[in-house]
Amino acid sequence: MTGFYIALIFFVTGMFLVAVTLLFSRLLQTKKPSPDKYLTYECGELPQGGAWIRFNNRFYIIALIFIIFDVEIVFMFPWAVVYGKIGLLAFVEMFIFIVVLLVGLAYVWANGDLQWVKPRPKLEHLPKAKGK
Amino acid sequence: MEMQEVLFYAIMAFTIFSAVIVAFANKLIHSAFALLFTFVGFAGLYIYLSADFLAVTQIIIYVGGILVLILFGVLMTQDIYDVKAIAAHNPLLLSLGGGAFTAIIIAVLISKKPWFTLLNKEFAPTTATIGKLILYEYLLPFEIASILLLGALIGAVYLARAEDKDK
Repeated sequence: MTGFYIALIFFVTGMFLVAVTLLFSRLLQTKKPSPDKYLTYECGELPQGGAWIRFNNRFYIIALIFIIFDVEIVFMFPWAVVYGKIGLLAFVEMFIFIVVLLVGLAYVWANGDLQWVKPRPKLEHLPKAKGK
Repeated sequence: MEMQEVLFYAIMAFTIFSAVIVAFANKLIHSAFALLFTFVGFAGLYIYLSADFLAVTQIIIYVGGILVLILFGVLMTQDIYDVKAIAAHNPLLLSLGGGAFTAIIIAVLISKKPWFTLLNKEFAPTTATIGKLILYEYLLPFEIASILLLGALIGAVYLARAEDKDK
């Protein structure tokens, strides 16, 4: 259980460092806001439109698939701890477990849910110069 | 007070504070991020119940998975930045009714005795015990869980895709 104390120390330290950094920044900074400074920095270009666009649905499906296999991994932790003592039986049991879930992976794969949509930018062709 | 007890109250305060932010934040995205800290606080409470495996599971699945899903849900909603959280505009009667209902349930639970007290107990790791149980005694539920997951996966993806096609 002492491992959790270490985890707690890491968590608190992490939050503390972020808070201290922000606090120092707040204390040291001078505030002279101007509209230009509030612009989003996009490599020196003027930003077009808001940053809060709708994300593609595909992210959601990928996240759903991720959660299912996340749960599968959670089941594998206690299995892995006792695997050395039980041996072949544990192997067979987990094999069945994984094969059943592989059916799901095959299903989403075959249906193209794992396919990433590639952006197909429509290039605007320059109008041809007249007189040629 | 002992160190353990102080820590317990600190974790409780942390959890409740983030839960309050979830309920009262004006922007949905702030609620979603505060939910992250609520989930982490719950993991701390599980550790106090000597459920170390459950605590880690809570972090892996809720913080690592469900919260990502919620964030995607928030990010995929149209004009989310202009939408104020609906909780702030609920009719007073409905809110009071819901609150009273929850309070009654909690009161009934509190009045049930005896309470388990786990403070100052020696905590033992539970992962190996769980591993043995799911491989011997609870083998069938374990394998059925995989079928349940399979059903959830196919169903969820099918529904999410059907929505995608509508547009």
